[in-house]
Amino acid sequence: MGVYETQGFKLDNTGKRVVVDPVCRIEGHMRVEVNLDSNNVIRNAVSTGTMWRGLEVILKGRDPRDAWAFVERICGVCTGTHALTSVRAVEDALSIKIPDNANIIRNLMQLNLYIHDHLVHFYHLHALDWVDVVSALKADPKATSTLAQSISSWPLSSPGYFRDIQNRLKKFVESGQLGPFMNGYWGNPAYKLPPEANLMAVAHYLEALDFQKEIVKVHTIFGGKNPHPNWLVGGVPCAINLEGTGAVGAINMERLNLVKSIIDRCTEFVEQVYIPDLLAIGSFYKGWLYGGGISSKNLLSYGDIPNIANDYSTNSLLLPRGAIIDGKLDEIHPVDLRDPEQVQEFVAHSWYKYPDESKGLHPFDGVTEPNFVLGPNTKGSKTNIQELDEGAKYSWIKAPRWRGHAMEVGPLARMVMGYLQPKQFPEIHGLVDGALKKLDVPVTALFSTLGRTAARGLETAYCVKLQREQFDKLMTNLKNGDLNTANIEKWEPATWPKEARGVGFTEAPRGALGHWVTIKDTKIDNYQCVVPTTWNGGPRDHKGQIGAFEASLMDTPVAKADEPLEILRTLHSFDPCLACSTHVMSPDGQEMTSVKVR
Amino acid sequence: MNSKRVLVLGIGNLLWADEGFGVRCVEALNAGWQFPPQVRLMDGGTQGLYLLPYVQEADALLVFDAVDYGDTPGDLREVLGEQVPRFMGAKKMSLHQTGFQEVLMAAELTGKLPAELVLIGVQPEELEDYGGSLRDVVKAQLAPALQLALNWLDRWGAPGVPRDGRLAGAEAITDAALAIDVYEGERPSAEQAYRLGDTRFLNLEPT
Repeated sequence: MGVYETQGFKLDNTGKRVVVDPVCRIEGHMRVEVNLDSNNVIRNAVSTGTMWRGLEVILKGRDPRDAWAFVERICGVCTGTHALTSVRAVEDALSIKIPDNANIIRNLMQLNLYIHDHLVHFYHLHALDWVDVVSALKADPKATSTLAQSISSWPLSSPGYFRDIQNRLKKFVESGQLGPFMNGYWGNPAYKLPPEANLMAVAHYLEALDFQKEIVKVHTIFGGKNPHPNWLVGGVPCAINLEGTGAVGAINMERLNLVKSIIDRCTEFVEQVYIPDLLAIGSFYKGWLYGGGISSKNLLSYGDIPNIANDYSTNSLLLPRGAIIDGKLDEIHPVDLRDPEQVQEFVAHSWYKYPDESKGLHPFDGVTEPNFVLGPNTKGSKTNIQELDEGAKYSWIKAPRWRGHAMEVGPLARMVMGYLQPKQFPEIHGLVDGALKKLDVPVTALFSTLGRTAARGLETAYCVKLQREQFDKLMTNLKNGDLNTANIEKWEPATWPKEARGVGFTEAPRGALGHWVTIKDTKIDNYQCVVPTTWNGGPRDHKGQIGAFEASLMDTPVAKADEPLEILRTLHSFDPCLACSTHVMSPDGQEMTSVKVR
Repeated sequence: MNSKRVLVLGIGNLLWADEGFGVRCVEALNAGWQFPPQVRLMDGGTQGLYLLPYVQEADALLVFDAVDYGDTPGDLREVLGEQVPRFMGAKKMSLHQTGFQEVLMAAELTGKLPAELVLIGVQPEELEDYGGSLRDVVKAQLAPALQLALNWLDRWGAPGVPRDGRLAGAEAITDAALAIDVYEGERPSAEQAYRLGDTRFLNLEPT
């Protein structure tokens, strides 16, 4: 490949190659290769999806009303979001309208998933990219208490409390069993927090671990069961009977009160723990503003949380929808998922075959024909690739583009979109603005790894508020006697047209998610998913344009080439489906995530 | 009265052939037997931390899974106590195992690891068949695996009682569309749906 320029980046793959390979599968695994120059700055980045995703084809011929149950199994983290996207796609195809209560309950489940996912991501999948656990052992519990009390009124903040946490941690470390803290690059100079901030973060790691389990009870209540809640084309599969009693059957007042109390506790935890922690950690890292990639130029959001049932237009969506291109922040383009010119997937560098690979295909016309060939500069073999040849095909992920542009999706896209429209989204604007002021950084600081992580936290605070509003709406309906949760008018396939197609979209916690379905003779004829990690983690296109992951690593200095902390920190900031895959261990407790410097 | 709380958990991704063993076990156990109320049967899928609360509540945990021990395909192994977390991470086979290993460690970190741990694992034959079901050698181990589990449940004072008649829909563990007979029967043909996986994960020796 040599040297070339694209999207304002100069790619150069002549330097030392570092391979970071999580080496595992199921949810769509990823490997990254970078080239470092003589100062250990990343000058080329190659992101590859190492797993064939064949969901589209296994749905062929199935009953479209069952598709949600399959898509719920694609991924271990986005289960509910995929299911919701699927039922929306089928409803769109068959023109099925859902009752207001069903829309509200879906919103509550989706918001609940956001809050859970963002919280777990911050504390359990991402925090250790910023927090040095071993350094926490050196902290003074009294000073930690002072720090904690200076940023929040959260009651668990006494010196004794932090001393206990430190002792527990010490015991864990001394037993040689670091557990979830196993694969850190402890002591790496890229860690910037003082020991006290590290200890406070470890304490909140443990508290969040305990708290997160309360949040998901909302899914059990509305979805009938967890971890794989039930969904229904035409509404939600839960009946409501306010006077009902007992544990089995309809939603009653007792359960609704439980939902209410969970919402209250989410509010407390997010306001008093998550946001103060985020700002505290941010204040130590605000000088490290790498990792922005293409976020300052191209952002995309499909939007979500329709405030009006069955209205999926921009004005109804409480999470903003739109596209920003070429860094023109004063122009938000409308997004239409049906328009064949907008969302297209390219395969010039993907292991698939198109008749003409200089052209993209809209998902309705999507083709998924594998073509696993390696370029001439690949090192290793098909079964043991040591170094990819990014000049040729190099990923199982397709490269989606919006009107030909590589786009970043996710919380940062959503929060920037909201921030830029203060009239429509005053709460988002206020949250973002408040954080920028508190950290005393300009708007451009958002376009960074830290900005992405901050956007996720601010979005959680926004979702907590939306959750409360949606709950109040539900209660108003119920009190007015509207208990309807499903529309089964078109349940029977005999009522369907011979052929129909539809699009369902959501914003998954990690970004824009779309399902395109074609139904023929009452069965699924074609099903295409374009998932957020495809947008962010996809490979180059026929023009050589790089995607969000690759761009985000460019020009970042790495403190130690054999400890790719900065690489993991930036990739994890996208909350990719592979976040947890960097913790893989062998039977002897050794790390499996391999880092190879060549 | 023995009120030891028991969680029987099937984990894995049923869309990846023998990876579905754990979920299929718990589905079959639920279809064939009824248990006293202190027993919870659960299809854990590939969920990670979502499973933590259920694990924390249990005094005894029995996990069904497909685990790559390097044995002959179809071999069944029973692993006990502190060996369980170690085996859950054996050979980089599947992400859900990492996730579940973390669940066990998180349970320990919060002081709520079940006192008794049992893993009933089968050596898979085939994983790289997306949309496929259990291979014969693995399917043949369903009944023996269930017997091992029933023995443990007996020992824990929660014996299973055979169900008479078919399971009512609402009692099923997995959605009807994913029940093993429907899942296998409605599979699109190989012509319609490419079935091979990524050759780098086919467990071949490097060439």
